[in-house]
Amino acid sequence: MKQYKHLLKPYIIWAAVLIVIPLILIALYAFTEEGNEVLTLSFTFDNFRKFAEATYVNVILKSFRLGLVTTVICLAAGYPLAFIISRSPERVQGLLILLVTIPEWINMLLRTYAWMNLLSDNGIINQLLGLLGIDPVTMMYTDFSVILGLVCNFMPFMVIPIYTSLSKMDHSLIEAAYDLGANRFQTFWKVIWKLSMPGVVNGIMMVFLLSISTFVIPKLLGGGQYMLIGNLIESQFISVGDWNFGAAISLILAVIILIFMHFMKKMDSQDD
Amino acid sequence: MKNKLIELVDLTKNFDDQQVLRGINLDIYENEFLTLLGPSGCGKTTTLRIIAGFEEPSSGQVLFNGIEISKLPPYKREVNTVFQKYALFPHLNVAENIAFGLNLKKMDKSVIAQKVERMLKMVGLSGFENRDVTLLSGGQQQRVAIARALVNEPKVLLLDEPLGALDAKIRKAMQVELKKIQREVGITFIYVTHDQEEALSMSDTVVVMNNGEIQQIGTPTDIYNEPENRFVASFIGESNIIEGTMIKDFLVEFDGNRFECVDKGFPENEPIEVVLRPEDLDIVSPEEAKITGTVRNITFKGVHYEILIETENRTYTVHTTDYAEVGRKVGLKLGPEDIHVMWKMGTY
Ligand SMILES: Nc1ncnc2c1ncn2[C@@H]1O[C@H](COP(=O)(O)OP(=O)(O)O)[C@@H](O)[C@H]1O
Ligand SMILES: [Mg+2]
Repeated sequence: MKQYKHLLKPYIIWAAVLIVIPLILIALYAFTEEGNEVLTLSFTFDNFRKFAEATYVNVILKSFRLGLVTTVICLAAGYPLAFIISRSPERVQGLLILLVTIPEWINMLLRTYAWMNLLSDNGIINQLLGLLGIDPVTMMYTDFSVILGLVCNFMPFMVIPIYTSLSKMDHSLIEAAYDLGANRFQTFWKVIWKLSMPGVVNGIMMVFLLSISTFVIPKLLGGGQYMLIGNLIESQFISVGDWNFGAAISLILAVIILIFMHFMKKMDSQDD
Repeated sequence: MKNKLIELVDLTKNFDDQQVLRGINLDIYENEFLTLLGPSGCGKTTTLRIIAGFEEPSSGQVLFNGIEISKLPPYKREVNTVFQKYALFPHLNVAENIAFGLNLKKMDKSVIAQKVERMLKMVGLSGFENRDVTLLSGGQQQRVAIARALVNEPKVLLLDEPLGALDAKIRKAMQVELKKIQREVGITFIYVTHDQEEALSMSDTVVVMNNGEIQQIGTPTDIYNEPENRFVASFIGESNIIEGTMIKDFLVEFDGNRFECVDKGFPENEPIEVVLRPEDLDIVSPEEAKITGTVRNITFKGVHYEILIETENRTYTVHTTDYAEVGRKVGLKLGPEDIHVMWKMGTY
């Protein structure tokens, strides 16, 4: 083993350059004033104070609300889907998993544009409704379109971990539950659900994190004034040019995510 | 006579186009330790799973106390199973595993605790209530699995090669203990194994199966001493199996000699097979016996010698405590009760 150790070195350097240094830079920006030179840093908490303003707090609340709704929908739809896949014949399982993941192979932008085409006021869905004599419904640039986009994009991240934990479950445990007098419903809640908890927790973490930090989907499906944390950070860096404030928001988001992950991990280990 | 508890009537089972059970007829009585014995793949597990309710028979009936139950789901049957790989719930501790069935019945918490404690005591695991089942040894997990099944007070306990994963020493101890537990709780055990020694030492009734069919049903002594056919004779213990002819009742001919025997009821001049158990054969001087031959090999087996004796027609295996040097001319002596006559395979 030992002689392979030095093979790790390039990766350690790689990780340092690409992950640790940017993180340090973000922290540095977040705690300093605008227009600093490297030699004359002046530290400040102003960037964080600024974030406490109502508008920004609202953005964060909105992001979390949307992330929560997306996660709940993904779980509610993804669990049964993963369950059905794990119960189908072995040959079919691979195919179904492929079907679930295929959309992920297509560029996200392309997929999102496709949704725009479907949902817009004179898009395909409204045209079909028109044929049935129903008035057009505004779907674009609403919570509906954004959530739909998020759910469709992140569904595989819920389905795959749940499917994995369901399919590696020992089938004799389910038979044991039946044998001991549990009907199908009781067997599900007392055994299957409990044992799939690691997959559920992983799925929730992935979908929630992805959906609160995304900025492309809300921008395209929610319109220019649709602000989530991701959009806020993006605009600070790209259009406003306040890198210090942008860095502070990124840091706050990172801390919130870490706290969230900590709690989810705790929940997971409690259930074991 | 004891009460009949389970009846399997003309049970068949097909998986795809493979017929795995070919007409099983079996009566199982109250308080009986019954073992399904046979080589791997003969359909023992499938039979057990049909009784438990995990498989439906392709045809035939399963009667429980006279009532047809083959369509009843497992959770409605008064039967519990000890699974081969224990199948303990990894997210529950020892006590919660054992209480699983009782909790479903919404029993009083204090009653459950009492029953769990009593079960743990019976299987020798007192004080293990809060242990993590995944950290127990194989033998301990096995005991928890038995306790988890028995605490529900089933009428029948099904055990599918429950000792298969344990090492030889623990196996022996568990065999004795299982038998003790069965006497203590006084219910029917249906036990599956491919180990003939295990079957003979534990059971009241042994059911020998091969290729989806029952070959013989009997007490361990019957099965060993009076095998009904070549399969049973060769599967249970070692034997010399010789083709011959049943001249008439109490007289059999093989290898050119006629011998008195204790078997009757075969047609005259019926082609049959004779089983001679190695420990029933005695080595004597050549003049005293009808069968004579030469010692070809002798191996010490601990309690006895295994001696191979080559005769004109075949080589006999003999188990005896007497020594005989290789190359010596000897005779083989058979008493009438040492000869077991069987129907030839396929003619019964
Ligand atoms: N679910 C199943 N699907 C297809 N074939 C099966 C299934 N279960 C068992 N078999 C086949 O049925 C035969 C008998 O199996 P089994 O009852 O498990 O035998 P045993 O327990 O005596 O070893 C084997 O050939 C096995 O491959
Ligand atoms: Mg088996």
